[in-house]
Amino acid sequence: MTELLQQLINGLALGSILALIALGYTMVYGILRFINFAHGDLFMLGAFAGFYISPAVAAVLPGPSLGSGLVVLGLAMLICAVLGVVIERVAYRPLRRRPKLTVLITAIGISLFLENTGQLVFGATPKKFPEIIPVYPVLKFGGLSITSSQLIVLGVTLLLLVALRHIVLKTRMGMAMRALAFNPEAAALMGINTDWIVSFTFGLGSALAAAAGILFAIVYPSIDPLMGILPGLKAFVAAVLGGIGNLPGAALGGILIGVTETLVAGYLSSTYRDAIAFGILIVILLVKPSGLLGKKEIEKV
Amino acid sequence: MNPARPGAEKFDSPLLQLDKATLRFGGLAAVSDLDLSLGRNELVGLIGPNGAGKTSAFNLITGVYPPSGGSILFDGRPMANRKPHQIARAGIARTFQNIRLFASMTVFDNVRTAARLHCPRGVRNALWRGRSFRDGEKEISGQVMELLEIFQLGKFHAAAATSLSYGDQRRLEIIRALATKPKLLLLDEPAAGMNATEKAELMRLIQFIKDRFQVSILLVEHDMKVVMGICERIVVLDYGMKIAEGTPAEIRAHPKVIEAYLGD
Amino acid sequence: MNIRHAKTFLLGALALGFLVSVAASHFNSYWLFITYDIAINVILAVSLNLINGYTGQFSLGHAGFMAVGAYTAAVITNQFGDLNPFAAGAVFSGALLAGGALAAGAGLLVGIPTLRLRGDYLAIVTLGFGEIIRVIFQNMQGVGGARGLSVAHGWTDFFWAFGAAAAAVYVVAALVHSTYGRGFLAVRDDEVAASAMGINPVRYKVTAFVVGAFFAGVAGGLYAHSKQFITPGGFNFMQSVSIVVMVILGGMGNTVGVILAAVLLTLLPEFLRPIAEYRMILYSLLLVVLMLARPQGLFTFRKQGDAK
Repeated sequence: MTELLQQLINGLALGSILALIALGYTMVYGILRFINFAHGDLFMLGAFAGFYISPAVAAVLPGPSLGSGLVVLGLAMLICAVLGVVIERVAYRPLRRRPKLTVLITAIGISLFLENTGQLVFGATPKKFPEIIPVYPVLKFGGLSITSSQLIVLGVTLLLLVALRHIVLKTRMGMAMRALAFNPEAAALMGINTDWIVSFTFGLGSALAAAAGILFAIVYPSIDPLMGILPGLKAFVAAVLGGIGNLPGAALGGILIGVTETLVAGYLSSTYRDAIAFGILIVILLVKPSGLLGKKEIEKV
Repeated sequence: MNPARPGAEKFDSPLLQLDKATLRFGGLAAVSDLDLSLGRNELVGLIGPNGAGKTSAFNLITGVYPPSGGSILFDGRPMANRKPHQIARAGIARTFQNIRLFASMTVFDNVRTAARLHCPRGVRNALWRGRSFRDGEKEISGQVMELLEIFQLGKFHAAAATSLSYGDQRRLEIIRALATKPKLLLLDEPAAGMNATEKAELMRLIQFIKDRFQVSILLVEHDMKVVMGICERIVVLDYGMKIAEGTPAEIRAHPKVIEAYLGD
Repeated sequence: MNIRHAKTFLLGALALGFLVSVAASHFNSYWLFITYDIAINVILAVSLNLINGYTGQFSLGHAGFMAVGAYTAAVITNQFGDLNPFAAGAVFSGALLAGGALAAGAGLLVGIPTLRLRGDYLAIVTLGFGEIIRVIFQNMQGVGGARGLSVAHGWTDFFWAFGAAAAAVYVVAALVHSTYGRGFLAVRDDEVAASAMGINPVRYKVTAFVVGAFFAGVAGGLYAHSKQFITPGGFNFMQSVSIVVMVILGGMGNTVGVILAAVLLTLLPEFLRPIAEYRMILYSLLLVVLMLARPQGLFTFRKQGDAK
């Protein structure tokens, strides 16, 4: 029982991180109908941004403390938001009217570019992520152990989800995003500046990916330039599982994937853990391609 | 239907018969309880205001969407829930409202692709390239060129399909459909985007196709002049339902039709 | 490429393969191995081109099929000790065919989701299949698991490599350049219109996957008997992407262009050795720039795919 509870908590922490990445996928898909393959790499860049700015932050705010940790988190999110906007502007925007496949291939290219440039600039060997928040067991009960880092992951994720919900539902920007996702032509006719909204969406998604990267590095403090590939793919699966284009679905999908993966790794076989997400993907696409919370799309003929 | 003479019904019954055919998207009925029948070598018009469900009816008949209810009989055989390619094989061919040619292919290849339908040669044949393959390819080639010549597109056979003029692209789409040797041809707004001269020519063309290829034609068209000018019978749809049916003269005077069009 | 070119290519490659394999002892073996790589990459690229180029499906899992072929062929030939040349030829051809057949089976399995999926979804599913295949091999202790598998015989030579490449080119060209084969292009151009003309899109897509996977499997077998050591990691996502890059660089649906691209991208790293660490960066930039400036590929000069 304790072990199950422990696995659930571990799974929940991993799942929240996947959920944050999945939200970026789903937002971009909702608006542009394309899978931003490079999204997982912004997760990696987020972690590296944290790695390089944390000494500077530590010089001003002697840490590790919750405050300094949050400052690092915020700065990394900001940096990646800018990167996300730049990538969209340079690589994707010129292709907006081109076939989807062209954009997909470009996204794969960008992804490879970020990974390989990362290996050159940051080095291919894993780096130890500094302790930016104090990590200690908060609760020890029998075999059960909950650490402060896990609580931070859950807390920050929850906070970001609430903030995102507010942005999407309550602000003008969010309203425009929803309008654009619903009907791009009509939105443009209503005077919504498409380019600006797309930029904003990329910035927002990238910031969430960066947050996920920092949180991931807090829990598993070893980072390398290829660390974004698998979480990125798994988060994509999470977005599909929840129903791509659907924000609550992405969050739900992330949690489900995280928990399933942790449970399977814990109880069945850990060597198969990376294949689980893909197995889920294939099953969901065969059984219910619109995902758990998604709506079925009808192709117009 | 005469139970005393089984087997004869194939000739007595209409070529196409829709019985309470319904197509629903979510809560919205694009086509509801549509009864429609079409005889052999008959030319019927399907008209109605925008969004009346004409193209949906086509998509229903050609299997693009499976019907949500009702039945569709073609040549005495049920067609509901068959896949589009099976329906094409059964003898229904169509054109599209927004021209859908194979964009990367030549004029010749567009027609050739459709002409393959009744020449069941496949992978092994293509790989071995023996005599039967060459003979088959020659035969198809001949058929395709003959069709193209009939419609005066022979000289463009090697041109890219998308390089043709708009009117010729529409014509090519009809030729492609005819290459499948259909018994029933569905034409979806063939006159769209044409000027008066082209429309007059199109009317002659449709009449010519009907006579020469002995096909039945179901024509969806916005242009009243075209429909009234060539159709023997007209079915009027509004909000997915049939509101009138009759000869062009009857339709012109039908109060419900007038209301549907004026109230649009 | 029309079919007459394909036949010429077939005979030419076979003759060249025979001559060179006779004279192989006079060649610098390093460059000889590179020519095997060229042939293997030609097979991979041409077979993926049938799926991605002609049929318009986007598969990102070609390395998975390659892995199935490589492991199958290697496990078979590892059962044998030293053989005389004729017996070796018989065993090797059997092993390559078996590898191809098993890969084709995997292709059939992957082809099934294509009934429903298109575009980017399909790309991700094939990627997922490729990764699953890799993870399965990683967990198969009988074939060395993650440590890899030693292949006893280095039977891949010029004759086998180029013979197989010629066969792959011929099969793809012959398939596509027939009335039957226009169906692949029709499915790519407009699936709705194609099925309205009596073409069964599912059948064509699955055929493309099965044939493409078969040759990827054969290429895997050749690869295994050229390197004589295979690991699951060698058949990862990156390997799939590098095959995709060849197809895109050559121009999707352009067999000649794809062959040229395969040759170019096999040779390029040899010349780029001094700046090896920039290679993948260069590749990725190439991909992005190509999509922005020349999405039809480097070697496609007509706007249309090579029709006729």
